[in-house]
Amino acid sequence: MSIEGATERWVRTGGVELCVAELGDTARPTVLLVHGYPDSKEVWAQVAARLAEHFHVVLYDVRGHGRSSAPKPLRGGFTLEKLTDDFLAVADAVSPGKPVHLVGHDWGSVQAWEFVTVKRTEGRIASFTSMSGPSLDHFGHWIKKRMARPTPRRAAQLLGQGAKSWYVYMLHTPVLPELAWRGPLGKQWPKILQRVEKVPAGDYPTASLPQDAAHGAWLYRDNVRARLRRPRADAYAHAPVQLITPTGDIFLSPRLYDELEQWAPQLVRRSLPAKHWIPRTRPDQLAAWITEFVTANEDTAAGVAPRSTAAGGPYADRFGGQLVLVTGAAGGIGRATAYAFAEAGARIVAVDRDAEGAARTAEMARLIGAPKAWAETVDVSDEQAMEKLAEKVATEYGIVDVLVNNAGIGMSGSFLDTTPEDWKKVLDVNLWGVIHGCRLFGRQMADRGQGGHIVNTASAAAYQPSKALPAYSTSKAAVLMLSECLRAEFAGQGIGVSAICPGFVNTNITSTARFAGVSADEEKRRQQKTARLYGLRNYPPEKVADAVLKAVVRNQAVVPVTPEARGAHFLSRFAPRTLRAIARMEPPL
Amino acid sequence: MASAAVSAVSAPQSELTAQLRGFREVQRLAYACAEAVAAQLKPGVTEREAARMQRDWLRERGVKDWFHLPFAWFGDRTAFVNFRVPLQFFPTNRRLKAGMPFILDMAPVHKGFTADIGYSGCLGLNPVHDKLLADLEPHRELILREVRERRPLREIYEDVERLMTRQGYANRHRAYPFGVIAHKVDRVKERRWSPHLFGFGTQSLKGLASDALHGHRDGWSPLWSPYTFSDHPPQPGLWAVEPHLGFRGTGVKFEEILVVTDSRDPEQSAFWLDDDLPHVRRWAEEKSA
Repeated sequence: MSIEGATERWVRTGGVELCVAELGDTARPTVLLVHGYPDSKEVWAQVAARLAEHFHVVLYDVRGHGRSSAPKPLRGGFTLEKLTDDFLAVADAVSPGKPVHLVGHDWGSVQAWEFVTVKRTEGRIASFTSMSGPSLDHFGHWIKKRMARPTPRRAAQLLGQGAKSWYVYMLHTPVLPELAWRGPLGKQWPKILQRVEKVPAGDYPTASLPQDAAHGAWLYRDNVRARLRRPRADAYAHAPVQLITPTGDIFLSPRLYDELEQWAPQLVRRSLPAKHWIPRTRPDQLAAWITEFVTANEDTAAGVAPRSTAAGGPYADRFGGQLVLVTGAAGGIGRATAYAFAEAGARIVAVDRDAEGAARTAEMARLIGAPKAWAETVDVSDEQAMEKLAEKVATEYGIVDVLVNNAGIGMSGSFLDTTPEDWKKVLDVNLWGVIHGCRLFGRQMADRGQGGHIVNTASAAAYQPSKALPAYSTSKAAVLMLSECLRAEFAGQGIGVSAICPGFVNTNITSTARFAGVSADEEKRRQQKTARLYGLRNYPPEKVADAVLKAVVRNQAVVPVTPEARGAHFLSRFAPRTLRAIARMEPPL
Repeated sequence: MASAAVSAVSAPQSELTAQLRGFREVQRLAYACAEAVAAQLKPGVTEREAARMQRDWLRERGVKDWFHLPFAWFGDRTAFVNFRVPLQFFPTNRRLKAGMPFILDMAPVHKGFTADIGYSGCLGLNPVHDKLLADLEPHRELILREVRERRPLREIYEDVERLMTRQGYANRHRAYPFGVIAHKVDRVKERRWSPHLFGFGTQSLKGLASDALHGHRDGWSPLWSPYTFSDHPPQPGLWAVEPHLGFRGTGVKFEEILVVTDSRDPEQSAFWLDDDLPHVRRWAEEKSA
């Protein structure tokens, strides 16, 4: 099979014939994609199609894989030196005289680390994006360092990676791996990928898989033992490196890259909550990051000062370039959350019914690191308006990666004083707003099939009953349960759902809250009194925003934030009667 | 002594202007010092060095006493990040780096007249800092307008805070002692020996204490705070007003003297002592540009 729209050619080098495919305008910068094991260049099909819009994209089957011929004999034919010869031959054929941007996945990345750290390729590589494939030399040093001084932590890291590498030991046994791949394993492999790795079904893996996997075993046998025993001491990268780490990789520990800055000084880190086969499961995100990195390095080469490729925030590796939509973003927790994502380099859509406040949030977000930020004036309780928003966001800005359903209003007063209108109002915003958000944007995320995350702002009132807040607590308890159910439903699709339960946070919610059953003057007085009490408590919304980002990174289910919220959460499980006693207390208003 | 400015207000016009001229001169001197020191700041200078530069510059020009000794804050200390105790206001060994915001705050006493000023700047380009500084302008207008309306100080404080929240910023003057947005300043007797206590000149502290005592009897306070003791209309005299914005590790303030009189004419009842100050000029330039 071949990749749609690609022109193919053959490159002869060192006794083998390599099958090289090209897409896109040859006048553009060249991006060279190298596949891993057991794969062929078709693993890149989706990423290549996306990159071809901006670049001259080149893929080739590594020797012995896909339609490239295998060296004879196989033993000794797959050394990193020979693979480097192949790379140089391909690069010279497709981009004579101009350096290429390398991208490698799995063994493609292992090879590419060799290309980018040996002398003879200097000037041929403009940048390198590595995913799921460490340099064997760096890996060797990593092991030696941990063996030499095995502190408990280092020993644990060593054992952890040792267990993850089980397949490497298997591949070193003679003949058996070949038999397995050509027999039952080869037949079952597509199903295993779908079930274990969540790789979508389709025209991948290709028919050549058993052959690729059998030949590719020699990649391990020819290189792993030799390099791990005697790693090169001079394996320094001579081109800028972008490292994309899938955090759910079952073959490689993220700890492997802990000291990578030492080998690659201009390192840009990215992380992605996904499993090993990210070129198949997350093509959009990869294409976006590769495009950004290649463009930035092209600009540097052309003497244009580039926008810094990574923002400075603590989670910049995770959220850089992602699209984040926050509702209720004109103030309080929503605004602080939008800013925190902006600091991490995300693109922001600030949604609020207060147009001026939303615009302000977007403006400040751009100032502190968001590459782009937009304001949208929408009332989340308005179904039609939300549908319009979802459509507009999808067509103009893209598919939302992180959705924060934060908009909410306060409502206090005894149950008997709360009118049906009050109930309708609070449920419309606090519950229906969240439902609309999850429904519309969750659908888009699920349809794209490349993961995402939904954060719903619930409240400590979701599990702390109170006679003063019946309507509000009910709406927030519904949000909490909705989040839990949704989390279960979306788990299979790589979409995380978190519920945040802030507690008493110093925001504007107090001065707009409705107090049922009292006169307007009394309501005003109570609003002021509550605002003052919350001011005395003075828990900043910025800390809640940090908790939101952390919840997304760790995919936490329920996150109580303030100490009182955490305390109540603890009591709700172990001493619910205490909470019931607290529920009877009169608030000091 | 403590009520010198107040009596000046009710004194004949000529004497009033003479007194105000004295205050205006020392405020200009302080701002000139801030601009001179800011121009000398370069990467690697510490807060202590910057504070010493201010002190030396003013001493050379005849300043012997202080309302408070000069402060300098760099980087996220301009927003008082993680400030818990007042000792953290004092200059540290933090070094200035390119792009860092800084604030110079000094209160010299010269020929018996007190100034208290705050100067915000940044080393090189910092769009966030520029935005914050530009957003301080409506606060200057708001404070003057509401003082002229004779609104209780506590309510003005809350309005300023509300505006900051709407702008998306945190109120950082809340970190000052008593959370004050302003405090009264006055004439100070010149003594041969003028010691200071925790960075504050004893003469000025004495004035403030005596104001506090008198005010306590009459129901006002020389400290303009968010608390009930500031729940009174503006008291005639000179107020050093210092709104301070904070936004994610960047803080910006100005501080200058607001003159409050007991005149019935709104224009004359309150006015800024001087409109020819660096931040005001900057806003005017931005508008004309």
